[in-house]
Amino acid sequence: MRSFRNLSFWLILLVVALVALLPTLADSAALPFLTNAATMRENLFLLLMLVTLASSINIIMGYTGYVSFGHIVFFGLGGYFAFYLVQTYSVNVLLAALAGGIGASLIATLIGIPVLRLRGAYFALATIGINEAMRAFMNNFDPFGGALGMFFNYAVYDSYGGAKNAGELAYYAMIAVTLATIATSFLIKKSKFGLGLLAIREDQDASQVLGIDPARAKVIAYAISAFFPALAGAIFFFKNGIIEPGIAFDLQRSIEGLVMVMLGGYGTVTGPIVGAVVYDRLRSALITSPPITLGSLTVNLSNFHLVVAGILLLLVVLFVTAGFVGWLRNRFPAVRRFLE
Amino acid sequence: MGLSTLFASSIDGLTLGFIYGLAAMGLTLIFGVMRVINLAHGPVIMLGMYTVFVLTTEMGMNPYLAIVLAVVLGLLLGVVMYFIAVHKVINAPELTTLLATFAVNLMIVGTATVIFTTTPHAIDVQLPSFQVGPTTILGTRIVAVLIAGIVTAALYYFLYRTRTGKSIRAVANNRAGAELMGINSSVILGLSFGLGTMLAAVSGGLISTLFAFSVLSGSVYETKSFVIVVLGGLGNPTGALLGGIVLGVLEAITTIFMPVAWVPVIEYVIFVLILLVRPTGLFGAR
Repeated sequence: MRSFRNLSFWLILLVVALVALLPTLADSAALPFLTNAATMRENLFLLLMLVTLASSINIIMGYTGYVSFGHIVFFGLGGYFAFYLVQTYSVNVLLAALAGGIGASLIATLIGIPVLRLRGAYFALATIGINEAMRAFMNNFDPFGGALGMFFNYAVYDSYGGAKNAGELAYYAMIAVTLATIATSFLIKKSKFGLGLLAIREDQDASQVLGIDPARAKVIAYAISAFFPALAGAIFFFKNGIIEPGIAFDLQRSIEGLVMVMLGGYGTVTGPIVGAVVYDRLRSALITSPPITLGSLTVNLSNFHLVVAGILLLLVVLFVTAGFVGWLRNRFPAVRRFLE
Repeated sequence: MGLSTLFASSIDGLTLGFIYGLAAMGLTLIFGVMRVINLAHGPVIMLGMYTVFVLTTEMGMNPYLAIVLAVVLGLLLGVVMYFIAVHKVINAPELTTLLATFAVNLMIVGTATVIFTTTPHAIDVQLPSFQVGPTTILGTRIVAVLIAGIVTAALYYFLYRTRTGKSIRAVANNRAGAELMGINSSVILGLSFGLGTMLAAVSGGLISTLFAFSVLSGSVYETKSFVIVVLGGLGNPTGALLGGIVLGVLEAITTIFMPVAWVPVIEYVIFVLILLVRPTGLFGAR
């Protein structure tokens, strides 16, 4: 595990942890200039979730070269499993999240064995199909509440010391999940297993000649990349208190995850983090911006975030294929030591 | 359940399937010629709907005349889309073209949301309906199928009887070889992309005369197109037409036996299974 002696590894984790803990530092009056700690915590919670999602997608898409368009399916599955356990059997949410993560990984393994045989566009289409099938199924699956979904009775939060404390627990759990995702992503990239994945991405047939078992490596990578979104889903919906198929299996969110990975730089550890932060900040800036008036026409910018996301994505795809971090690494080789 | 219900459902399914098939033909044509899966197909279907909507409700145009304009618009839009978003990355790995067309998807849907919001709209088309035995067939359905038939026939005539159409097929078969024969492949690729989106726009225009729709409807019909294209074999236009009819009839008949809400589950499960078991589709590759 040479990665543990790598400066970059600790640097990335430290920066993410520090940013994530800003509201807590503000609460303890160490940072008096931060006044809206509560709002900030809400924003960071969502941002950390996006980082987890993007980093996980990067493991299968960036390292292995398989574009999982419907990756949100694991977020939804983890959310549903954990929600059901918490609601019906009063399982502790952390245990339930773990169970949801393991469940999602198992399903990813089962799905992955046949589906990862498909290449390129066929795989991408199949993952869309799987997500849509799962959403349609949950719409009809009565034990999980069907199309209406499930919602908590507020008494659920009592065993965590009320809704406020439960929210804080979810927040710290999300930080832990995000750090674990980033650490895993780093360890994979620097391991022999990760090099095998990169070889598969470049040329699957050649990788086989080098003694890599692509079928096995791909399924393992897919199972790992399913685990963390499931944890994030479990925590997100626990805090949310409601889960329904439309939110849990939202293809739009899945594809936004891909956009973040591309924006930051696919195949890098920090790329998805940077991409998630940039995309999220940009979106919220657009959503909260006041409407502008052009002559007699009033344009509400809050609806415009999709257009901006599209333009950004197109520019990145056409001109900066390596993404922001990839571009930095190519342009300034010196930063490669710090910016993995 | 009587035979008459089955008959009525089959007719319903056949007509709808034909129109779904039209959109899917566009998707499969683009894939067949340039190996690109156009993720902006749904938004173009939606633009077809709104072209007809705006022209009929705002300008009082006849809806079927509006569809003719939607044809032209769809063609132009596709050509523009190709040269802005696809041409530069046409030889890049699939991920790149998937994301490039998805970027266009976001732009179109985003802009349309700003203009039309996401509330549903409908067009009121008054046509007499016909009585076949105990079954009533709506006039709008019949006209829609007729138009879909004309468009399909024209497309096949174009692809197989005209010089440009033959060039498209040549580029699809072997782009380098076609270039050696003096075919300007960039122009042909742009035109093929335009033909593909044109079919999407027509299909959207026809659907708008049958059902209510919103800015987000495009994605529903886009996923249907994916299912159909995979059923018929990626890159096979005739397969897409047959696949559309299969899907339409399947949709209509399954609703007799089970709740409507289960139909998508069955559709997507079939979709994934065919991808796994027979990726060339039910009717073989092109």
